[in-house]
Amino acid sequence: MAGSLEVGHPAPVTCHLTDAIGGTTRVGFTEAVSVSSVSVAVVDLRGVVAVQGGFPVLAGADLAVTRGEIVLLRGPNGAGKTSLLRMCAGLLPIERGEASVLGHDLTVDRTAVRRRVGLLGHANGLYGDLTVADNVAFWGATVGASADEIAASMRRMGLADRLRDVKVGALSAGQRRRTALACLVARRAELWLLDEPHAGLDAAGRDDLDATLRDAAASGATVLVASHELERAGALATRVVEVVGGVVRAPAAGGEVG
Amino acid sequence: MTLVAVARLVAAKDLRIEWRSRVVLNQVMPFAALVMILFAFALDNDAALTRVAPGLVWLAALFSMLVVVQRSFAVEAADGALDALRVAGVRSDGIFLGKSAALALQLAVLEAVLLLAAVVLYQVDIGAGSIPLLLVTFVAATLGLSFVGTLYGGLASGASGRETLLPLLMLPVVAPVLIGATRATEAALGTNGASSSEGWPWVGLMVLFGVLFGAGGTLAFGSLVDE
Amino acid sequence: MTSPDTPTPSAAGASASGGAVRRPTGTTFTRWLGAAALVGMAWLVLFGLVLSPDDALQKKGVRILYIHVPSAWLAYLAFIVTGVSSAAYLYKRTRSLIWDRIAGASAEVGVLFMGIALVTGSLWGRISWGTYWTWDSRLTTTAFLFITYIGYLAVRGLGGSHHQRARRSAVLALLAVLEVPLVHFSVRWWRPLHQQESVAEGKLDDLMLFSLFVGIVSFTLLYVWLVLHRQRVLSMADAVDDKGLDGALAARRAEQEVSS
Repeated sequence: MAGSLEVGHPAPVTCHLTDAIGGTTRVGFTEAVSVSSVSVAVVDLRGVVAVQGGFPVLAGADLAVTRGEIVLLRGPNGAGKTSLLRMCAGLLPIERGEASVLGHDLTVDRTAVRRRVGLLGHANGLYGDLTVADNVAFWGATVGASADEIAASMRRMGLADRLRDVKVGALSAGQRRRTALACLVARRAELWLLDEPHAGLDAAGRDDLDATLRDAAASGATVLVASHELERAGALATRVVEVVGGVVRAPAAGGEVG
Repeated sequence: MTLVAVARLVAAKDLRIEWRSRVVLNQVMPFAALVMILFAFALDNDAALTRVAPGLVWLAALFSMLVVVQRSFAVEAADGALDALRVAGVRSDGIFLGKSAALALQLAVLEAVLLLAAVVLYQVDIGAGSIPLLLVTFVAATLGLSFVGTLYGGLASGASGRETLLPLLMLPVVAPVLIGATRATEAALGTNGASSSEGWPWVGLMVLFGVLFGAGGTLAFGSLVDE
Repeated sequence: MTSPDTPTPSAAGASASGGAVRRPTGTTFTRWLGAAALVGMAWLVLFGLVLSPDDALQKKGVRILYIHVPSAWLAYLAFIVTGVSSAAYLYKRTRSLIWDRIAGASAEVGVLFMGIALVTGSLWGRISWGTYWTWDSRLTTTAFLFITYIGYLAVRGLGGSHHQRARRSAVLALLAVLEVPLVHFSVRWWRPLHQQESVAEGKLDDLMLFSLFVGIVSFTLLYVWLVLHRQRVLSMADAVDDKGLDGALAARRAEQEVSS
């Protein structure tokens, strides 16, 4: 069931969140967040058409995701999984349809939502000339994370102390992926958009990632994962959604589709 | 985050990248010195060189600046970091000011080296009385150049067919700075009989330029870079 | 969505099969406008080449002015129109693409006339005082405007959605509005005005002035005609892109039917 976000209702709400590091943070919301019953619609897409370079990368997406879900996006190459994730992050302009992410209407303004979203695409978004510690510190600083949180993010993703001062350019692909994930953890996003995050990670890295995602979902974040790792991601996910030919049909939560 | 906080964060990041990779130090500065030497080969006239030295210094600065700006945005494009910055919702006016500040610092060092090269290669004399005007000229020019460079550098980065746009877009716009900086430097050094007092109006022009493009860039950077 | 000045397709042009519609960009208004421009040009030729007197100093050479001055005038008019349209696109909350197309069309026509102004100006300079180029502020600023607009047109061709193109170009145009006066003033200070400026204005007699005026008016009519047509062509090009999207959407969805 989709909940609602009432804007403009001055009701401060205090929330206790268990974040991915295991500590408890108390967060006060001063803007209007009215949570009806248990679930809140984090992603609500209706007939979304998105175009890139003249090509309709999304040809009709209907998707509703509630808070705390871990949704696996499954589909062949070129189906539009990456585009769907990028669109939810506010990076793709929307030609037709309605799209609401975390309460923001993406057809009106695509920039406000970005602060609250964490996207990990095929590229890692890292600065090759800077060390691991520099990178995580930088991305953490964009949300004002403390030094402790930053250090904890690195530990979370298994980045040993000896790697902290190594330039990212000198790391292996898998280690770079871990670093990118550590940056994502440090940013404390409410919606995680991951594009094939398991790729390049060793078994230990994948375990770390799964544990991190479960913790994130448990503490109120929502996760969308596009993956070909069907077994592992299937075990992790609360729901599987098919993406084919730029079309997604999953307008309501609950149960597997297709 | 506040505008100043974001700018400081981005500027520190850019400077740290330069500190660790030393690309400007190891590649661009030798290039700048080389340009100064090539001018001497082409012009082949010591007296003429000393006379036009201010112009050559600023020309070399502009050409080197193209390389530095491209480097500034290449580090962002390499691993999709600029994309990631946008997704992170880091405010684009902060990114603009931060990158401009880092660029300004790097340009300042570059210009100091070029001035030194002019003193050595072209027998330029710098008297104590020249220094105030010279300093102010360099600061004012550098500010304007870094704003314009960051602004168009953002537009011209990324997809192929874009990087080549940078000189075409940027150089016409910085022409006023070239004229102003050269005239003010001539006035400071007393070249061609110019006196110090003639230099200050040009400094005023460059300050105006810097303010206009600083403000314009802060507003426009997001639109030029965003999808 | 048709704007008020977009012509409706002629009944004879629409074909029953396939849907290829031949849509001319002319309307009654532009036909009258074009006729007026032609008449103006004929007048200009008459007055410029035949009826107006030779200049005392420059003899027949002064006739280049009848092309040069209107072209330069047009170049600056086009620049202003592009600037204003760009501001209009950015300002209005509805973000109508017609402003973007007018800006683009005006820039294209403007670049053409800037080129003409530069070439004719250079030739006139050669005839009048022996040099192809002087560094006076008007000529130099026009050259800079020319190059800036070539850059503007290059950016328009970068691709992306229509609104992305519109936003980028609009911002670029407004930055150009910022840049050009700065260039003008710095060149002016650098090389203060020569007497050449007063030569152009002071010694023209009434008939020459009138011919010049005819030239400006007819060139302006030509400009408006060109921009209107070009804007409509751009509008059709955008419409083709949109139709292409529908086709691509249908193809994409069909792909889904096949695999499921």
